[in-house]
Amino acid sequence: MHIAEGFLPPLWAVAWTLFAAPFVAYGTYRVTTWVRKSPERMAMLALAGAFMFVLSAMKLPSVTGSTSHPTGTGIAVVMFGPGVTAVLSTVVLLYQSLLLAHGGITTLGANVASMGIIGPAIGWLGYRAVRGPTSVVTGTFVATVLANVTTYLVTATQLGIAFPAGKGISGMIAAAGNFAAIFAVTQLPIAIIEGLLAAAMIKQLLAVKPAVTAKLGVAT
Amino acid sequence: MNRLAVLAGVGVLLLLLLPVVAPGIGSWGGADGAGMAAVQDHHPEYEPWFETVWTPPSGEIESVLFSLQAAIGGGIIGYVLRAYKET
Repeated sequence: MHIAEGFLPPLWAVAWTLFAAPFVAYGTYRVTTWVRKSPERMAMLALAGAFMFVLSAMKLPSVTGSTSHPTGTGIAVVMFGPGVTAVLSTVVLLYQSLLLAHGGITTLGANVASMGIIGPAIGWLGYRAVRGPTSVVTGTFVATVLANVTTYLVTATQLGIAFPAGKGISGMIAAAGNFAAIFAVTQLPIAIIEGLLAAAMIKQLLAVKPAVTAKLGVAT
Repeated sequence: MNRLAVLAGVGVLLLLLLPVVAPGIGSWGGADGAGMAAVQDHHPEYEPWFETVWTPPSGEIESVLFSLQAAIGGGIIGYVLRAYKET
C-alpha cells in the first residue's frame, strides 16, 4: 500500500499530510492520557503495535506473482479505536520509510491517511455494525478485512487523483480504477489471511487477559 | 492453541510456500512496485521529486531489517501474552 518516496506531486503530498496531522495529534493525546491513567495499559498498546510490526513485515507472495503485505491495523482499531491506530501506524510507516526505503517521508501523510486513518475507520465502523449479532472474534475478522481492503482502495484513489487518466473527475476515477485493479488481485487473499490472524490473536488475548474482555464490553 | 490459530497459521504457510512450489511467480516485486511502474507508464514525464533518505545497501540487508521488524513485533507479542498469562 505504500506510495513510494517522491511519487506524489508536492501539492498532494502537502494536502495528505495536512489531512493526517490532526488525527495523529488527537491520537497522541488519547494515548498519553489513557496510559497515564494506568501505566499497565502500555502493554496492551505495545501488543497492538507489535502485531502491526509483524504483519506489515510479512511480504506475502500472491496469485499474480507480486508481493504485498498486510496492514495489521485490525487489532488496534478494535481495541483502541481509530485515533490511537493512526499513531501506531505512523510509527510503523516511519520505520519502513527510514530503514527499508518503503514508502517515504514526502508520502508519509498519504500513507498514514490510507493505512492509519481511513482504512481503520471503515474497519471500526464494520466492527460496530456486526458486533451486535456476532462475537468479538468474528467482528475482528470483519474489521481487519475491511481495514485492509479499504487501505488499498484509498491508496488507489490517492494515486488516481494525482495521476488522472484523462480530463476532470472521470479521468481521476478511471485512473483510480486502474490502480485498484493492480492492487486488488494481490490484496484480497492477503486481507482474508490477515483477518484470520487478527481474529486468532484476539481470541488468544481474550483467553489470557480477562481485562480485555471488560474493555471490549463482552462476556465471551 | 485454538483451531482458529491453526487455520490462520496454515493460511500464512500456504501463501509463503506458493512461490516455492510454483516457480516463476515468486519474483517478489511487490504490488507497490507495480503501482509505481503504472504511474511511470502512463505519465512518463513525471519525475519523483524526492529521493529516499536512506536505502538499504543491498537486498540482503533489506531482508535483515524486515526480519528485525518482524522479530521486534514477535518478541513483544510473546512477552506480553506470557506476562498476561502469569498475572
